[in-house]
Amino acid sequence: MDTNALAYSGRAPDPARQAALVRRWGWWYQAELRLWSMKAYWSSIIGTALLTPLLYVVAMGIGLGSLVDATSGGIDGVPYLVFVAPGLLVSTVVMSATNETSYPVMAGFKWGRQYFARATTAASPAQVAIGELLAVGLRLLGEALVFWLVLVVMGAVEPTWSWLMVPVAALAGMAFGTPLAAYAATLEDEGPEFASIQRFVVMPMFLFAGTFYPLTTMPIYLQWIGWISPMWHGTQLARLFGFGLPLGGWEIVGHLAFLLALVGLGGWLAVRNFGRRLAR
Amino acid sequence: MPVIEASELTKTYGELHAVDAISFEVTPGESFGLLGPNGAGKSTTMRMIGGTTLRTSGTLLVNGLDPEVRGPEVRANLGVVPQQDNLDVELRARDNLIMYGRYFGLPYSYLRPRADDLLEFAQLTEKSNEKVDNLSGGMKRRLTIARALVNEPRILLLDEPTTGLDPQARHILWDRLFRLKEQGVTLIVTTHFMDEAEQLCDRLIVMDHGRIVAEGSPADLIRRYSTREVLEVRFGSDRNAALVDRLRSFADRIEPLPDRVLLYADDGERTLEAVRKDGLVPLTSLVRRSSLEDVFLRLTGRSLID
Ligand SMILES: Nc1ncnc2c1ncn2[C@@H]1O[C@H](COP(=O)(O)OP(=O)(O)OP(=O)(O)O)[C@@H](O)[C@H]1O
Ligand SMILES: [Mg+2]
Repeated sequence: MDTNALAYSGRAPDPARQAALVRRWGWWYQAELRLWSMKAYWSSIIGTALLTPLLYVVAMGIGLGSLVDATSGGIDGVPYLVFVAPGLLVSTVVMSATNETSYPVMAGFKWGRQYFARATTAASPAQVAIGELLAVGLRLLGEALVFWLVLVVMGAVEPTWSWLMVPVAALAGMAFGTPLAAYAATLEDEGPEFASIQRFVVMPMFLFAGTFYPLTTMPIYLQWIGWISPMWHGTQLARLFGFGLPLGGWEIVGHLAFLLALVGLGGWLAVRNFGRRLAR
Repeated sequence: MPVIEASELTKTYGELHAVDAISFEVTPGESFGLLGPNGAGKSTTMRMIGGTTLRTSGTLLVNGLDPEVRGPEVRANLGVVPQQDNLDVELRARDNLIMYGRYFGLPYSYLRPRADDLLEFAQLTEKSNEKVDNLSGGMKRRLTIARALVNEPRILLLDEPTTGLDPQARHILWDRLFRLKEQGVTLIVTTHFMDEAEQLCDRLIVMDHGRIVAEGSPADLIRRYSTREVLEVRFGSDRNAALVDRLRSFADRIEPLPDRVLLYADDGERTLEAVRKDGLVPLTSLVRRSSLEDVFLRLTGRSLID
């Protein structure tokens, strides 16, 4: 082989140009890599996105739904399937976000140590954090889109406005995922943390935050679980777009602001924690 | 202008002075070594050069830039081989090179042929579509080294590059690195293999407990801190220690180790003869040339590899 070309082929951009490109696009290279590595389980992402709504719709909509509809004539003036579909979409996406921002982030620091490899390139730790979160966000959008299409096909939502549930679900997912990624970046060792989060945060959120019935059916001393959980705020917005749940203007702003604030805070913490871990 | 200028470079972890006010310069095209035992501070120094460990105090310039401030600009000139491999084990060998190159802003049209060249360099062409998980330890190491070359760096940081390589692969790597150096690439190598340091380094610093204990070319250091030859004698582990005082008169310097005694002298054979004449018959004996190992023993009282 030509070892001269090994040191200098004359084809690579000079280092100053490399650095300038990376300062601008480094975050995208990380997103690109993460999306590329998801290729390995793309089919399972799509499969889950197709299958979950099918199972839910049959069990909740047709099974449980016929019972609810027969006894009370639906919830919020719509059949139970239509009521529950937006919540199922949002909670499924939030759970995917949990998976994508817990173990994979820890693995990048602890097992494969790939984040440390990124740190030796021209990219910065902040760009690595942002790219990673962006890739997760895009993956959640994709999953939400497939889920929504199934709902449309099953007649659980009207297509006109309900497509807005897709970005809402991804936003809710990121509102939980970004703080979790920030937290995962601080863990030095694998402990019971993620299992506890699953058990004591995600599950209660799924069961008590108004996914299966309006939050207001709960006694007031349990409603706070909904108020602080991204799932409930996302579900309320998704219901607005799914079947026109009557929400006041301030309620809409409140739900959106809550989710955006969490994404902002989580993103900021993730950038900070990745930075601390990769350059210390 | 030196490519690397470190002055009073310090890194502390709590109470521990991992790197303790070291100063050195590396000139362009030089092959510069950091030699020292475990925990000497070699890797910490390397990481500070790449800006991935923040220094506690002192100044450090790489190509005239502070790596903590101008990280992307500094690292665009660097190829980094970390002590611990951190390949993307889920990806194939070739994709590892391509995706790593993306982080230098390099386009796929450049990276695809480059990856093939580098796989050939690392003798991994046959494994190019293999998942990294399925490569042997030595193959992973070679891939990590190839990866560091993807952006055509002018400075290569090699932290114990040949750990895990078989002797043949080590020699091939030394040869390849030497050719890179001939083309003007600056090499910075840490190692605790003295033969590697002697083969690869024009100049080196010997580190211990975060400090520089000696600096010079390998030959220079051996001349300064050791005799030309060394006589190694073994009397059996229970007798070695007892005989040290009697042996002392035969050599310039004597170094008792648990399993053998080293006698430093310019003529090893003559020393051995004198020892025998005195009625001491070692179980085994060996005369060899002094190496950096001896320099290290002299400077720190400890063996390089423990
Ligand atoms: N992140 C860290 N936190 C705390 N202590 C550290 C950290 N990194 C290194 N050290 C300590 O700093 C000292 C120098 O470590 P370093 O890895 O630089 O040594 P080294 O010369 O590369 O050793 P080796 O030959 O074993 O690779 C050691 O005592 C080590 O325990
Ligand atoms: Mg080291």
